[in-house]
Amino acid sequence: MSVLQLRDVGHSYFGRTVLDGIDLSVARGEVVALVGPSGCGKSTLVHVAAGVMEPRRGRVERAYARHGMVFQGPRLLPWATALDNIAYPLRISGMRRGERAQRARAAAERVAFDRADLGKFPVELSGGMQQRVAIARALVAEPDFLFFDEPFTALDAALKRRMQDLVIDASRAAHFAALFVTHDLIEAARIAHRILVLDVAGRGVAGERRLDGEPGAREDRAVFETVQSFLKGDPLFRHIHDVDERRVA
Amino acid sequence: MIAAAWTGRLGRTGRFLWSAWSGLAALSLLAALWQFGHEVYGDFILPAPLATVRAMGAILSDPKSWDIAVLTSRRAVEGFVVSALAGALAGLAAGYSPATMRAARPLVTVLLGVPPIAWIVLAMIWFGSTDGTVVVTILIASSPLVFVGVAEGVTTRDRSLDDMARAFGAGPVKRLTTLGLRHVAAHLFPALAISLGTAFKVAVMAELLANVGGIGGELARARANLDVAGALAWVMIAVAALIAFEYGIVHPVRSEFERWRAAAVPWGVKR
Ligand SMILES: Nc1ncnc2c1ncn2[C@@H]1O[C@H](COP(=O)(O)OP(=O)(O)OP(=O)(O)O)[C@@H](O)[C@H]1O
Ligand SMILES: [Mg+2]
Repeated sequence: MSVLQLRDVGHSYFGRTVLDGIDLSVARGEVVALVGPSGCGKSTLVHVAAGVMEPRRGRVERAYARHGMVFQGPRLLPWATALDNIAYPLRISGMRRGERAQRARAAAERVAFDRADLGKFPVELSGGMQQRVAIARALVAEPDFLFFDEPFTALDAALKRRMQDLVIDASRAAHFAALFVTHDLIEAARIAHRILVLDVAGRGVAGERRLDGEPGAREDRAVFETVQSFLKGDPLFRHIHDVDERRVA
Repeated sequence: MIAAAWTGRLGRTGRFLWSAWSGLAALSLLAALWQFGHEVYGDFILPAPLATVRAMGAILSDPKSWDIAVLTSRRAVEGFVVSALAGALAGLAAGYSPATMRAARPLVTVLLGVPPIAWIVLAMIWFGSTDGTVVVTILIASSPLVFVGVAEGVTTRDRSLDDMARAFGAGPVKRLTTLGLRHVAAHLFPALAISLGTAFKVAVMAELLANVGGIGGELARARANLDVAGALAWVMIAVAALIAFEYGIVHPVRSEFERWRAAAVPWGVKR
């Protein structure tokens, strides 16, 4: 049973089509990685799927209770402290202040955000800390679906791994489904059940590969070899590391 | 956490008081120039600062004078509140609706272009010698300032934050209250400070011309009596009232709203 279904979705900015004929579905508890070269419309797709934008064509069906989202940039409120930023979704849903703070502190703990920094403003935080605040904000309302748009790009290698493990654990514990945009195939192969490759020009989904085993149970070696075989032998991944081809052309 | 917030607030107050010293130094310089002018031109044209302060003391020792100062302040603050509300609401409407903005722009240019004195004359004809004259003149003179500040604030808001809020399920009202108004506040406070100053100036001017008492009325009387010290003393009282409102209300609220901006400033250059 799918909790998110996109049927023939298309989108255009000012008459320029960037997405067309997208069909995809995410099953309950499934983590789907979405990869594709820069500028092929991944962020647009996630925004449409999360309801931030209305699609110009097609339909989005959602069968989950609540979603959270991590954007490509941190998108924090500059005037609010880290704690208030994390609690923002709870404020929208009208929760009381005291309970909000308590839940936000718990969420901060889950992303290894230091309690002592919770009173600081975004300008006083490093890029990685800001991104962790954004991740905590996505988790705070205990959603059963999560949208991730290249969430770990600003983090260093060790922290990135830790955050990936956190997503893997959280998705198993809370049993949330996720659509995870990334351009890092290793990351995709670590955390996802399935990898979708978006067409270079956003014309539909070019193809998909199901990954063996459960996320979190895969050996680093196996992950590495899977990715190598994708890159060397699989035509589906040929354009993955291209830059925006439409801009170059 | 709460304790930290209060020590932060205390620190800001401390810095604020400390900056009062440099303000005092600048005022002393002005007093010195004033004294110099007095010594060159004599008592009749420009009374000494000390004489003026003494005249002020004499005025303030009379309870009736306090009523006069309060009357003017009340009119100024009334006009200020009305024009802040009108300007802010119109600014919000214009910021969120481009069509309203296009219609409002030329109107604002016209309103700001007409000198306040012209409005006073018109208001006197319409309302006679009443409070209404003063308040309406303030409304016309200072609401465009607030309007421009707010409309500017709305149009420069960060749309990516709007998208973020939408992703977390915020409807238009929640987005307005948690993002829009908060962003507008940053543009609103400078405009409010200017419009409060305008309100006091216009109030005194309208009182003087419309002959409705208050500080303006006292100034008119001082002029009739050629009482330069008295006139200067009343001017100083008007300025003192303005400063009391600005630093007692507008600035503390503003610094509370702009803590995050202060946090971005490195140590040693906090103002
Ligand atoms: N707000 C916008 N207005 C106009 N064009 C846009 C807008 N946002 C994106 N685009 C265009 O749509 C295309 C897809 O953008 P999108 O951000 O979805 O790409 P992406 O796959 O997320 O790229 P990246 O991997 O670099 O984040 C790009 O060519 C971009 O120029
Ligand atoms: Mg993107």
